[in-house]
Amino acid sequence: MSDNQKSGVVGGNYRWVGNNTRRPDGVDKVTGRARYGDDMVLPGMLHMRMLRSPHAHARILSIDTSDAEAMKGVKAVVTHKDVPDHPPAKPPFGPAVSDFHDLSRNIMAREKVLYDGHAVAAVAATTESIAKRAVRKIKVEYEILPHVLDPYEAAQAGAPILHEHQFTLGLEPKPKEPSNLFRTLGGEQGNLEQGFENSDLVIEREFSSQPVHQGYIEPLACVASSSEDGAVELWTSTQGHFVARTLLSRLLNLDMSKFRVTASEIGGGFGGKTTIYHEPAAILLSMKTGRPVRSVMTRGEVLRATGPTVGSVCRIKIGAKKDGTLVAADAEIWYQAGAFKGGPVARATDSFFSPYKIPNARTACHDVCVNRPKAAAYRAPGAPMATWAAEAVINELATEFGLDPVEMRLKNAVKEGDTSLMGTKHGRIGCIEVLEAAKNHPHYNAPLKKNQGRGFALGYWLHGGGLSSASANLLDDGTLTLALGTPDIGGSRSSMRAMAAEELGIDIELVKPAVVDTASLGYNHLTAGSRTTYATGMAVVNATREIIEKLCSLAAFKWEISVEEVRWDSGEALPADKYAGKLKPFSLKQLAKMAPGTVGPIAGHSEINAKGAGASFCAQISDIEIDPETGGTSPVRHTVILDAGRAISPDYVEGQMQGGAVQGIGWALNEEYIYDDNGRLLNTGFLDYRMPVASDVPMIDTLIVEVPNPKHPYGVRGVGEPPLVPAPAAVAIAVENAIGRRMGDLPMSPPKVLAAMDAQKLAAE
Amino acid sequence: MAGLRYEAPNTVDAAIGLLSEVAGAKVLAGGTDLLVQIREEMIDPDLIVDIKRIDETRRIEITPDYVKIGAAMTGAELGENEELAAMWPGVIEAVELIGSWQVQGRATIGGNLCNASPAADSVPAIIASGAKIVVAGPQGVREIPAEEFPKAPGRTALEANEFVVSLVLPVPPKRSGDAYLRFIPRTEMDIAVVGAGVSVSLNEDGTCASARVALGAVAPTALLVKDAIDALLGSKLDDVTLEKLDKAARDACNPIDDKRGTIEYRTKVAGVLVRRTAAIAWERAQKQNG
Repeated sequence: MSDNQKSGVVGGNYRWVGNNTRRPDGVDKVTGRARYGDDMVLPGMLHMRMLRSPHAHARILSIDTSDAEAMKGVKAVVTHKDVPDHPPAKPPFGPAVSDFHDLSRNIMAREKVLYDGHAVAAVAATTESIAKRAVRKIKVEYEILPHVLDPYEAAQAGAPILHEHQFTLGLEPKPKEPSNLFRTLGGEQGNLEQGFENSDLVIEREFSSQPVHQGYIEPLACVASSSEDGAVELWTSTQGHFVARTLLSRLLNLDMSKFRVTASEIGGGFGGKTTIYHEPAAILLSMKTGRPVRSVMTRGEVLRATGPTVGSVCRIKIGAKKDGTLVAADAEIWYQAGAFKGGPVARATDSFFSPYKIPNARTACHDVCVNRPKAAAYRAPGAPMATWAAEAVINELATEFGLDPVEMRLKNAVKEGDTSLMGTKHGRIGCIEVLEAAKNHPHYNAPLKKNQGRGFALGYWLHGGGLSSASANLLDDGTLTLALGTPDIGGSRSSMRAMAAEELGIDIELVKPAVVDTASLGYNHLTAGSRTTYATGMAVVNATREIIEKLCSLAAFKWEISVEEVRWDSGEALPADKYAGKLKPFSLKQLAKMAPGTVGPIAGHSEINAKGAGASFCAQISDIEIDPETGGTSPVRHTVILDAGRAISPDYVEGQMQGGAVQGIGWALNEEYIYDDNGRLLNTGFLDYRMPVASDVPMIDTLIVEVPNPKHPYGVRGVGEPPLVPAPAAVAIAVENAIGRRMGDLPMSPPKVLAAMDAQKLAAE
Repeated sequence: MAGLRYEAPNTVDAAIGLLSEVAGAKVLAGGTDLLVQIREEMIDPDLIVDIKRIDETRRIEITPDYVKIGAAMTGAELGENEELAAMWPGVIEAVELIGSWQVQGRATIGGNLCNASPAADSVPAIIASGAKIVVAGPQGVREIPAEEFPKAPGRTALEANEFVVSLVLPVPPKRSGDAYLRFIPRTEMDIAVVGAGVSVSLNEDGTCASARVALGAVAPTALLVKDAIDALLGSKLDDVTLEKLDKAARDACNPIDDKRGTIEYRTKVAGVLVRRTAAIAWERAQKQNG
């Protein structure tokens, strides 16, 4: 346990908020009692296995399931014929693309398979072993087509086309040929040409990165059970069961109210569990058989068929004055969306330059389809690659000018009242506070040893707010239950009950939070976008305040005074104004006991569309040591500095900071997808998909900066995503500084580092 | 549909009998490779013969002339045997690199050998030790020099219905030391991109009396590198020797490009690792002067 180092301007003296409290889900998790996706077992349950494409790109000529269906123990088989078709979505498209034509084809290939691992059929059988054997008996005839994996190549004329109906949006005249380039998003301000002319130095560089998987420990798992009257119950490992309900209802053309979706405990998601994969097939099989159907994906299936974040190819050019003032910046990036459009291009456009005031700037971000699994969200989608490019070049400018990298950033840092390139007008933000804290951190100027390099990077992330609902029920023994609809992925139940207990002024152990199913609460958007403690937290505070109002009314009723003459303080209703001190206060416990015989059950609820989540900033300092003979890399020290607004539960905020840093270390150093010449994924397990293990990383130092968010009752800013934003950048810059040569290509795996060092030696000779 | 049959015989003969009975029967020791292969649908055997209840596979016998290690001894068990660890520290550090802490309580030295991965961590160290592999089968018991045991990726010198009962290592003479190093991009839970095992015995004057050098993951099987041994013999591990050793290792390499490393990279790192491993073995030998 660390000592939760903090700096900042936060005020307020709270009993629970800002303190580490016992985790309400902790005991069940350490004893194995917590129920994850594959812990659900229902009577008569069947087991589902999927047939997946061995080809990167092929036309499906025929599917023959008769041999599989004839096997003893096989109860049903589904293919695309069982999945309702949907027409392609029409423009205009928002920043996020929703297209049920695509979704229906991603969950079950229709005309073509578009990547290795693409689902083609699903079997339900009485045992998993029979289901596996039945899958092998399904015969599929394919016409193999040329494939493309690289986003830049895929966007060029003459590349193999994934979707014959996809024409690049926004071009005039409308193109005659289909393209893998779906659209380009970006922004522009000022006069770029003039800006570069007015710069003392302009640096232009290219960068590329590989797709990386979220690497959640728990593979996807679900159990679907459909009844004769059309009701569907679904248990699934998801970051948003309400969102899953919406997607399934629209995809399967079933009323939303027919669904009851329950989120299991979740073994990590990081954005990867924000959509649906195997759930529709399990539901369709349950409908066909009338029995519950369970599906548990293998790690190989997770890696082959679920979305990683996008790989990227980037060109960037930044110009600055000798004193460090940034004058002009231009970035273009190609994101490999995978088999279907929808890469995080909107977020990339916002990530390149947002921490800085740059008068002349432009971004262009291309959303390109390739023969890989459709990209999914991954912790600050689209931001880390763009951030890396911008931060690396800014560091290089600082070096050329002989300026301290943090001082140079401070000179250009955004503050309250500034507007980003994408039009976000900032409220109170902590960019300067985070940079100052980094500059003053002992790590920043600590001496380096031989073969070590240091990287510094700053990251920006604009948080989500959005739809959340919560309800609170006061029980007649004075305890409280909290019903929540955002799956708890990072300790949110703990933060929710801290806020509820703080509001009510009662012991935190009297509050029991639970994540409930879709039939039991108003709509909740995903646990994603670093929104949960912010938005659901606001709903919890509102719901709790409604209870306080009702308790005050009850006290007023008992005292026979007006409710305006009652105030709530530290768990008690107190008479106020002319009655102050004249009547004996009622405790929450007393009032709860009185409620059934007087006003009836006391509950509060809140359904909101939370606004004002705002931005936060994260800085990281990374020290990497290189083995000069093998190119092996070792992170030896790493510090994360984050503006959390207010850390409701400091230990979990630290956990987010450390986890983000470790994911960034993996991204920068070793994680990559390795495909053979036929577009088949070769590294389909954690043995060869090289995420860092515990011994690969040092203890990650954290410093929580608190610049409270004025829009939240306790000042919360999101903390889930920012810690990943600058992490790959800090690590990659450290590697380049250690070897004294620019590489520009992630991951910086040992063979690439050794080759760069050899090239550096040659250049020196 | 016939299910998977599991048998756990108590004797070598019973095991051979079972293996002879069902075609394609598989031997189970720790299961850390076998069960994964079944789960990943790479194999679908009808019979599994667990050899862990056979006494000979589950003991360590140390005599003045030889050391006999049962094939079903786990990495964790071998590491706990202080006498063995003092004699063959390189072999022990190699078996202790196989898998995670949890896997080490299951994975066995015989299993690592029989899985016949070119990258198996224990194999270069076993070859460097000069071990013989004791094999039992319908024709009786035979011994195979460790370097002749792996034949190709996934294939060994085992004939039909044979299995490995134990490994016999020599008792090292005075002033001996061995070592094993591997390169992986991470610190653990990974498979060798290159592995190097070296054992040396020194003369009283500090020159090399005998040596064995083996490399893993740089060819279809682990290799005994003759030129590297020649480079060491009679030397004092000076810079010239180290350079010769580096070159001999690189020349011996015949690797592939795969998901774990490139030809060029593996070859370069093989030279580096052999130098580093030899230096550790040498230091151990110098300390073993009693």
